[in-house]
Amino acid sequence: MPIRSGFQKQYKKSDSIYYMADEIKTATATFKVTIDNITIDVAPGTSILQAARIIGGDVTPPAMCYYSKLQGSGGKCRTCLVEVAAGSTADPRPMPKLVASCRTNVMDGMIVKNITSEKVTDARNGVVEFLLINHPLDCPICDQAGECHLQDLGYEHGKAGTRYEFARRTFAKEDIGPYIQLHMTRCILCYRCTFVADQITDSRVHGIVDRGDHAAISTYISKAIDNDFSGNMIDVCPVGALTDKTFRFKNRVWFTKPVDAHRNCSNPKCCGKATLWLRGNEVFRVTARKDEWGEVQSYDGKTGWICNTCRFDSKKTSDWTIEGLTQISRHSVLGANKYKTLEMPKETLPAVLKGRSPKLMMNIHNVSEVNNPNIELSAINGPSHSEDFERSAEHVKGAGESTQWGMKK
Amino acid sequence: MESLTNRIRQVERKPMNFFEKIYLVAIAKGMFITFGHMFKKRPTINYPEKTRPFSPVFRGLHILNRDEEGRENCTACGLCAVACPAEAITMEAAERKVGEEQLYREEKYAARYEINMLRCIFCGLCEDACPKDAIYLSETFAPADYQRKQFIYGKKDLLIPHPVNEPDAYKKAAGNRVKAKIIN
Repeated sequence: MPIRSGFQKQYKKSDSIYYMADEIKTATATFKVTIDNITIDVAPGTSILQAARIIGGDVTPPAMCYYSKLQGSGGKCRTCLVEVAAGSTADPRPMPKLVASCRTNVMDGMIVKNITSEKVTDARNGVVEFLLINHPLDCPICDQAGECHLQDLGYEHGKAGTRYEFARRTFAKEDIGPYIQLHMTRCILCYRCTFVADQITDSRVHGIVDRGDHAAISTYISKAIDNDFSGNMIDVCPVGALTDKTFRFKNRVWFTKPVDAHRNCSNPKCCGKATLWLRGNEVFRVTARKDEWGEVQSYDGKTGWICNTCRFDSKKTSDWTIEGLTQISRHSVLGANKYKTLEMPKETLPAVLKGRSPKLMMNIHNVSEVNNPNIELSAINGPSHSEDFERSAEHVKGAGESTQWGMKK
Repeated sequence: MESLTNRIRQVERKPMNFFEKIYLVAIAKGMFITFGHMFKKRPTINYPEKTRPFSPVFRGLHILNRDEEGRENCTACGLCAVACPAEAITMEAAERKVGEEQLYREEKYAARYEINMLRCIFCGLCEDACPKDAIYLSETFAPADYQRKQFIYGKKDLLIPHPVNEPDAYKKAAGNRVKAKIIN
């Protein structure tokens, strides 16, 4: 039975449901639950989803709204639906409908079917279709593409075409401050960001306004979100509805290299441990470190939220102590086309030629207008526009004329 | 050892006789073959004046496509660059400003788009990867130049002519490849 002991320990400390269950003092110390024919002992009060996460792998139902680090989250998106084939040893009748695994607690002797149930797969396909009704297919534009949970979900469960014939939900564009970009059309109303604002920041100024199909994340009277920990909503957002404005359109995530780094942050609530997304030595983006479920990692029982100073204002490598490369699943596009080391590969030719460097036929930086080492795109605070490129084009022109086999053209 | 086929012939190594030694018969045979070619169809063509028909899957130089209103299709999603096995494609994206809607189709566009034709292997994976019908491999081929730096193709080299302002040039560049609707 594959139990991930490290995760279990971390989960027991961090989750408040566990303490709640302690007070109930049930007769048995642990509950035996079988998920997809894998039996595991878990503490009473554990949800089916958490039990499945302890087993790990394909058995774990996907979750779009549930976030183990945010109290009260879950139960909204219905992607984690599972079939309960037997309620418990005391009452082995199956549950009449599929249940949301994030909100259903395990019972002793419960038998759960996730990927082994055809009903679950079918229902999940339907849920994904519903989530995608109003979600625009603008992944080529969206900065979340490559690390988007809805993209993964759609890839696994989605259909190639759409059956929806009506106009998609649209919203007037709203500016919610200099750091965070809100794309309301992409929102799937998981409420995670509002939980972040409630539980981590001191004052929540944004929330869900309107009801039903009109429901939208917004700030009242367009009040800009300025709070030291507001940036964490970007990390919890499963889609591209809330993205980093300082990283907006700078680069695709799969062209940046994630490294683990830390800094001594003066803010006592900030853990100071982050993932830097580098290109060369330029820091394009700073995010909190994510665990295998795409959630912010915990350290010593505390969730590793990071403050806005670390996230938005520490965009130099000198601000950080780099620990090493972030481990990326080899199936992820984020690891594509990169050297899996921190050091640049050494120039081999000078060593072979006894210190003499080879005569270059062409230095690409003299010709190319892209990736100019003298221009730091990350220094622009926000997305770049046409005039930024006009300015840098003059710069490149001056550089390109200098040496082309030593002659000017 | 038994041979695999029965087509093996032993070569005769006998010394040549007198008639073979004077080579008259062999020369006559050779001349006959040469003379016979005068009446055969020529396999070559006068290349720059005449061109051969292209295979429908021929992969030549790239073009960046525009839509029927002349807006650039490319949104700098980076899928061509990540698909490129030769790592020949690089780009830098920018946000479309208010008033640039007639230039770029989407909110984000490629402010810079570069293909290093020295690296490109013309595999066409970029065309397959593109979700916006923005990049096509055309029937233009064999670019020639005196300097390597001329082979770093920027947006001005790659973009297809404007379909409304220069319809003839657009049609010529589009060839049979670009699937976009051609106005008038």
